Amino acid sequence: MFWTVTQSLLNGLATTIEIFIFTLLFALPLGLILAFGSMSKFRPLRYFIQVLVWVIRGTPLMLQLIIIFYGPGLWLSHNIWSGNETGRITATVVAFAINYACYFSVIFRGGIEGVPVGQREAGQVLGMTRSQIFFRITLLQMVKRVVPPMSNEIITLVKDTSLARIIAAYELTFAGYSFMKSAGLTWPLFYTGVFYLIFVGILTLLFNYIERKLGYFR
Amino acid sequence: MAILEVNNIEKHFGATKVLENVSFSLEEGKALAIIGSSGSGKTTLLRCLNFLERPNSGSIAVRGETLFDAALPVREHEKELRKKRLHFGMVFQAFHLFPQYTALENVTLAEQLLAQEQPDFKQRKKEILQGIEAHGQQLLERMGLSERMHHYPHQLSGGQQQRVAIARALALQPDILCFDEPTSALDPELTGEVLKVIRSLAEQRTTMIIVTHEMAFARDVADSVIFMDGGVIVEQGDAREVIEHPREERTRQFLARYAQG
Repeated sequence: MFWTVTQSLLNGLATTIEIFIFTLLFALPLGLILAFGSMSKFRPLRYFIQVLVWVIRGTPLMLQLIIIFYGPGLWLSHNIWSGNETGRITATVVAFAINYACYFSVIFRGGIEGVPVGQREAGQVLGMTRSQIFFRITLLQMVKRVVPPMSNEIITLVKDTSLARIIAAYELTFAGYSFMKSAGLTWPLFYTGVFYLIFVGILTLLFNYIERKLGYFR
Repeated sequence: MAILEVNNIEKHFGATKVLENVSFSLEEGKALAIIGSSGSGKTTLLRCLNFLERPNSGSIAVRGETLFDAALPVREHEKELRKKRLHFGMVFQAFHLFPQYTALENVTLAEQLLAQEQPDFKQRKKEILQGIEAHGQQLLERMGLSERMHHYPHQLSGGQQQRVAIARALALQPDILCFDEPTSALDPELTGEVLKVIRSLAEQRTTMIIVTHEMAFARDVADSVIFMDGGVIVEQGDAREVIEHPREERTRQFLARYAQG
């Protein structure tokens, strides 16, 4: 039985990791774009992003997931998500990427605004372009500043992937829970917890490593 | 002919007039000191020269070429603006070194980025980068920092950081080097090493504009001096003459406060 549970949980873990990685892949750049938008001189854009962030942060992620998964089928009368596992994972990634991009954008904005204006001006008087200033000067200083708050958000994301169960995506928590429903077993739930702990443990080590790596400057 | 000509610069932030009717010129190879109390517009004037602020009126010309004229239409390409900026070098009060780069990298970064725009950069990449590196090392040696080239800014003292900043500003060989209170953020025992470097630059006939509170230094090193108060130039002339025998009452009062310490 132990082996059966392990295999099943590993299957679930694969989906969890898939959701996790794709969410980050889209949410990180999208978050940066939203961060720039929220600092734009063009007011309508700034207001639009403020409202978007308010709505997304102000409503449950589970609710957003349900709306994104079922909404299109109900409003457009044909489901844009294919009915299989891939469709459910895609919908999850879309909902998660939007949600997390909003949280990330606020962290990124703080990181960018935290870099002293003098850094940008020093670049300007040396004849650098805006993009050179961003990529060669601001970016790394911003990254250093955002690593601690980002590690919080990313660890939260690991556990938020379990929300995908609500649209029947077969992720880790779903896998562990299924044994309680089918065979009345509770120990797989604790075993499931161990999977999350190891996942988060590895990420924690990774973030510590990044912080150490960026510790060479102040 | 003067290397720099500033005509009737005026700058206001909202209703506050920060600069009014500022005109002066500077000969090549001369050092100009700008003195005056805080809030007199000295820093804003330097920032206008470096295109960090846009004057509301007036004009700025270097070697006879008009770089800025408020009367002309504004729309300016980043590329042109960057080119104009390169006429001036700027040393900030708070250094603003890039913390993630070593002293040497701070000095060479801008030159490397500019070199990438050269058409033959790809073919001669190694040679060009070596040249830039050697140039950077040479500048840091001139600043007395050969031992500190591979240190990061936070590993350097304030005086050393400011000398790196001077080397960085010199790297692009600006026509005019501007100093914005280069020693005001330093502990008193560290100002000497920075002033010494500026003094040696003056001896090598570097064209400079130095905003400073060090009166003795201004008198000894600068060729001419401008005293500013309330956004206007109250008095300008030969450095020793103005500081030792000011003609205007306001200059006298200002210098008297300094003499008292």
